[in-house]
Amino acid sequence: MFEYDSVVMSRMLTSLTLAFHIIFATIGVGVPVMISIAEFIGIKKKDPHYTLLARRWTRGFTITVAVGVVTGTAIGLQLSLLWPSFMQIAGNVISLPLFLETFAFFFEAIFLGVYLYTWDRFKNPIFHWLLSLPVIIGSTMSAFFITTVNAFMNTPQGFDLEGRVITSIEPLAAMFNPATPTKVFHVISSSYMTSAAILATITAFIILMKKGSKYHKKALKLTVVATFIFSIMTALAGDLSAKFLAEHQPEKLAAGEWHFETEEGADLILFGTINENNEVENAIRIPKALSFLAHGDFNAEVTGLEETPEEERPPLWIHYMFDLMVGIGFFTLGITFLYLVFWKVKKWNEYNPLLLWGIASIGPLSMLAIEFGWIFAEVGRQPWILRGYMKVSEGATTSPHVDWMFVLFIALYTVLAIGCITVLRKMFKNNPAELELESRYPQVAATKEDD
Amino acid sequence: MNYELIGITVLWIFLYGYLIVASIDFGAGFFAYYAKLTKKDHIINQLISRYLSPVWEVTNVFFVFFFVGLVGFFPDMAYYFGQSLLVPGSIAIVLLAIRGSFYAFENYGSKDNHLYMFLYGATGLLIPASLSTALTISEGGFIEETANGVQLLYGKLLTSPYSWSVVFLAVVSVLYISSMFLTYYANRAGDKPALELVRKYALFWSSPTIIASLTTFIALSQQNLEHYQRAIELWWVFGISVGFFLIAVFLIYIGKYYGWAFIAVMFQFLFAFFGYGASHLPYLLRPFVTLSSGVTNETMAISLIIAFIAGLFLLIPSLVLLMRMFLFDADYVKGKK
Repeated sequence: MFEYDSVVMSRMLTSLTLAFHIIFATIGVGVPVMISIAEFIGIKKKDPHYTLLARRWTRGFTITVAVGVVTGTAIGLQLSLLWPSFMQIAGNVISLPLFLETFAFFFEAIFLGVYLYTWDRFKNPIFHWLLSLPVIIGSTMSAFFITTVNAFMNTPQGFDLEGRVITSIEPLAAMFNPATPTKVFHVISSSYMTSAAILATITAFIILMKKGSKYHKKALKLTVVATFIFSIMTALAGDLSAKFLAEHQPEKLAAGEWHFETEEGADLILFGTINENNEVENAIRIPKALSFLAHGDFNAEVTGLEETPEEERPPLWIHYMFDLMVGIGFFTLGITFLYLVFWKVKKWNEYNPLLLWGIASIGPLSMLAIEFGWIFAEVGRQPWILRGYMKVSEGATTSPHVDWMFVLFIALYTVLAIGCITVLRKMFKNNPAELELESRYPQVAATKEDD
Repeated sequence: MNYELIGITVLWIFLYGYLIVASIDFGAGFFAYYAKLTKKDHIINQLISRYLSPVWEVTNVFFVFFFVGLVGFFPDMAYYFGQSLLVPGSIAIVLLAIRGSFYAFENYGSKDNHLYMFLYGATGLLIPASLSTALTISEGGFIEETANGVQLLYGKLLTSPYSWSVVFLAVVSVLYISSMFLTYYANRAGDKPALELVRKYALFWSSPTIIASLTTFIALSQQNLEHYQRAIELWWVFGISVGFFLIAVFLIYIGKYYGWAFIAVMFQFLFAFFGYGASHLPYLLRPFVTLSSGVTNETMAISLIIAFIAGLFLLIPSLVLLMRMFLFDADYVKGKK
């Protein structure tokens, strides 16, 4: 039967909040970039289609930002509420990036407010565009700082721990720990990619449903090209991350890859199942590919899971998370590449419904990949909260009420999700792009829509 | 000045900043709902949303800044407050989340929903009440440390006259600060009917505010005599605060210099708040954490202070820009931009 355990409940509540927050945080980091690009093209080409695109994205963005802000506040407080002992120890070392993250957030909040309310206030539109830059800097910097905190939990350094007393702190060494570069690169590139993919999904879907106008076709080109570029960046970042894991967190890579014995020329295992004796079945094996993934050399030695003491091993199911994340990444890269080929080869039609359905699927799939990737990264460092220093069970609160709080937050996130979807639907359903184009730019709308 | 004192001063400034900006926001929510009930919403709601729309996110950041800074400078506070405040803290998060997101939903999405307005108004009073619990607990006597960890004594908290007088003070101050600000803003906008309405609110809420301040003082003497005595030693600080209160109410009463009146309100709370804070020391959380026992490692404290100064160079110009564009730009306030 179910028995109350504050550690398990704290983990569940933290996962719940993060899983929900990540959706909005990802959009919050990536969408400003897309808005800024669209507005810039609109100004440079003097094409109101792009300006309208930027405007409409911005309007939807404010709703997701609101949810991102409040769930971000929630996780910020929950860190101390659910993990008080962890924060007491780690707070000495990670306060600097946490503090800087709020500065970045502050900076973003100020300029987002200014950006939203000054669309028609400047004679020269480039001034308004310039305001989007601090928003991007703020959101990307806050992703950077908060990711360094997570990186620190994976590869802690820059302090000495004697019992519960922390000494010889080097704040910058803690922030720029070995996990920081690859993690930051992967988080930022995948946020950009996922946001572009979501916007591509929306556009592809509209074109499928009601044969979109010129406006939608331009939007599709822009978003798919952006997704393609960002997914190449993400793939590169993922490759570097795997190499980082092989060197600094071999047990995470080994569990993710079901790689038990240390060996040279290790095979890469795709999908499959595992039985009680830890034997892999039904899998596709790519010979020596894991060695290449881990060290860039097909014959390199890859550390196996057996090198890690049994009680310090992460669970083996993270393998599926890893495969799904990578699979979706390559699927997105492939679909967007296909669109580019169809677009460039004159004979082929890039608005082929099958292709459009493919594009329509990449937004939700990429968001799932973000979730899978984070689950892989987080569960992959179990049982540690501070790898090598503190186990998760030592960091949690002892409060007997976490279960009720879990119920409370499920209710909250349900309400927020419903509210967010309802408002976004209402916002765009009653005000299609064609109508808005007509009211804002009558001379453009008057010219023939289809070429 | 040693770094822990710098640390707590920085945090106190941010909490004060939050007190002012959040009060304006929370009170506005209540007034917006009240105006709707009394069918006067067409008079002031436009005014409220023109001010709040560009700044609500910034308001929230002041709060985040405070608690992140508190954990950063004083990690021990994360342990004691975190262990004991799970339930009230979570409730406060939920209220803040409902308010923040619904504000955006209603403002950018569907307008004039009665339930939204109710939640917006109700959370405006419940949030200050729930947040003030943290200040009450810091006086000591409401949490105990046992072998099973730190526990909050709910019975004691709910039956304490001090805790209720703090809640009462928080709620009426919110309404007072907010109506004082809205009076100033309505005057800037040249909106006569709104001005008359919020001016009445301001005069109305001034007396409970000063009464609640006195009762809280008396309740403090019952709760924590030591703190009360240190506060009495700082009597002149509180005296200055009362002086500014009188100036503010007088200016509103004669109906002139609304800008100066609001500045007087800000000084009134500045002195009261810093007087309270200074007399609270050396304890941050009685009796578990003092200023010097709870402070983070020296290296980290110094780097936080450096980060803070660097951050100010970024924040102050940006905040000035924000205020110039939305608060002090007469055309914007009047609704012409």
